Amino acid sequence: MSSAIEVRSLSRVFSGRKEIVALDDVDLTVEEGELFGLLGPNGAGKTTLIKILCTLLLPSSGTARVLGYDVDSEAKQIRKRINMVSGGEISGYGLLTIRENLWMFTQFYGVQGKVAKQRIDALLEEFGLEDKADVKLRTVSTGQRQKMNIIRGFSTDPDLIFLDEPTLGLDVTTSISIRNYLRRWVREREGRTMMLTTHYMREAEELCDRVAIIDRGRIVAVDTPAGLKRRVGNDSSFLIETTPIDTARLSSLTGVRGLTARPSNGHLKVRMVLEDESVIADVISAVVAAGGKVVGLSKNEPTLEDAFMHLVGRGLE
Amino acid sequence: MAVRDHLRTLRLAAWLGWQIESNWARPALFLLYSFIRPIATTLILVIMYLIIKQDVSSDPAFFSYVYLGATFYMFVSSVVFGITYVIHADREHYQTLRNIYISPVSLYVYIIGRATGKVALAALAVVISMAFGILVLGLPFDPMLVDWPLFAIAMLLGLACLVSLGLALAGISMLTAKHSTSINEGVGGLVYLLCGAVFPITVLPAWGQAIGLMIPVTYWLELIRRSLYPGEGIAMLGGLQDFGDLTILSFLLASTLVFAALSLAMFHLADRNARRKGKLDMITTY
Repeated sequence: MSSAIEVRSLSRVFSGRKEIVALDDVDLTVEEGELFGLLGPNGAGKTTLIKILCTLLLPSSGTARVLGYDVDSEAKQIRKRINMVSGGEISGYGLLTIRENLWMFTQFYGVQGKVAKQRIDALLEEFGLEDKADVKLRTVSTGQRQKMNIIRGFSTDPDLIFLDEPTLGLDVTTSISIRNYLRRWVREREGRTMMLTTHYMREAEELCDRVAIIDRGRIVAVDTPAGLKRRVGNDSSFLIETTPIDTARLSSLTGVRGLTARPSNGHLKVRMVLEDESVIADVISAVVAAGGKVVGLSKNEPTLEDAFMHLVGRGLE
Repeated sequence: MAVRDHLRTLRLAAWLGWQIESNWARPALFLLYSFIRPIATTLILVIMYLIIKQDVSSDPAFFSYVYLGATFYMFVSSVVFGITYVIHADREHYQTLRNIYISPVSLYVYIIGRATGKVALAALAVVISMAFGILVLGLPFDPMLVDWPLFAIAMLLGLACLVSLGLALAGISMLTAKHSTSINEGVGGLVYLLCGAVFPITVLPAWGQAIGLMIPVTYWLELIRRSLYPGEGIAMLGGLQDFGDLTILSFLLASTLVFAALSLAMFHLADRNARRKGKLDMITTY
């Protein structure tokens, strides 16, 4: 199996009033046929990496090869074989119908007319847009525009597709159907590769063969979702439900690897990874000291979110 | 990339350009707009001319000089700034520039294709304006006396020059969103002032005339006037009376080739810089 993506010592710095290091000495290899996930919080560098790989942005230093070609000097060869879709993408020509928009992009890639028509029809049906096919894009909803863009990405039948937060802002049912399609697309086509960025843990866990955790422009770990979860090792994952408190004191406790807190029904659900089970006693004491009242406590099997907290030291939020 | 691929890109982009140019309003409204706009544009200068000269017949050559210049200058404003606006519209309004950029098509060829819609609309506007001038204002015109081969060659070279200028500005537009309109307006104003669009370049100071003689649009407008005006008089007005038609044609050809080469280089440089600076998908809401 050969590599679909090879990234070596890749850095990207955005200069301006304040210099921003978006990618810092990144090394990464994605094999052909993989469904590869990039998992990280907003601003971690996921989109910057995707933009470089799909030839929209140049790196500041280092090299990146896509399907064997250099992103800088051999962009033309790469462009024939890739496509990209960004989540929440509502691009398109509102004066054209959905079908016309899609057809035009297939023609940019030189897809034969008859093949393009069949493929577009099949994808419109797959994504439930067949009844909107001949409607002008400006008249459809944002969600339908997003679906059209996902279809645009697949309608050219690329060897490698980049999906940047593909289900961002979509409803649950649509997100599930898109995930199902993504899985099938990779499995049913030998050699097809997908790189997907997400900050939805569940999406990464469900879909990806391997996941790279990226934080502050650096790749922290690359492994299968199961492998990443195993890295939690002897750490313990707990979920505490408490009355609202300031969780800053909990984060600073010795033995707390990382935590995320989400409000829920007037309470606070605090998910945390602890170095040792015994640390939970200190956590409960701290909750009480902060004026909170513990209303629920459970120990969980480690999830990808726990692995993220274990590796990065904080949650995705 | 094969020529066939470029031709396909041209065809698709031209189709898209025409859809965008013509589909923004109902057909009747679009037709009405297409008629009123060019007439209104040229009437401003006609009224100014009539205030100064009282009637057309007192100096038909000078009236033709002003009218033809103003009419054909519509190509400049429409094609040059239309091309530049493709970058702005595709990047910020339709948000498709990044999708087109990462596709196998040549962005350069795509933009030229998109420009054909502008050229078609500008041509329609010029035809309407000419018809209005001939039928209503008494613009001297005799189809039997028109030098059609000279007109055709001048138009071809002129359009190539305008597309080149538009592409150079489109390149600059890739690097900036905030200032692209002011750059367009600045360049448009300068070309209008220096190329003898409505007054002979001889009224300009020496440095202005020198710049005017470096702009292909100057030669293009001169050849358009000479080829369309039924007589010799118009050649004496523009400040190029010492040069024959073929000499001016060779000036136009040479300056167009230089402009085209510069524009290509500028576009590629801007393309590279835009990719380096991450400007290709910026959305500024300007």
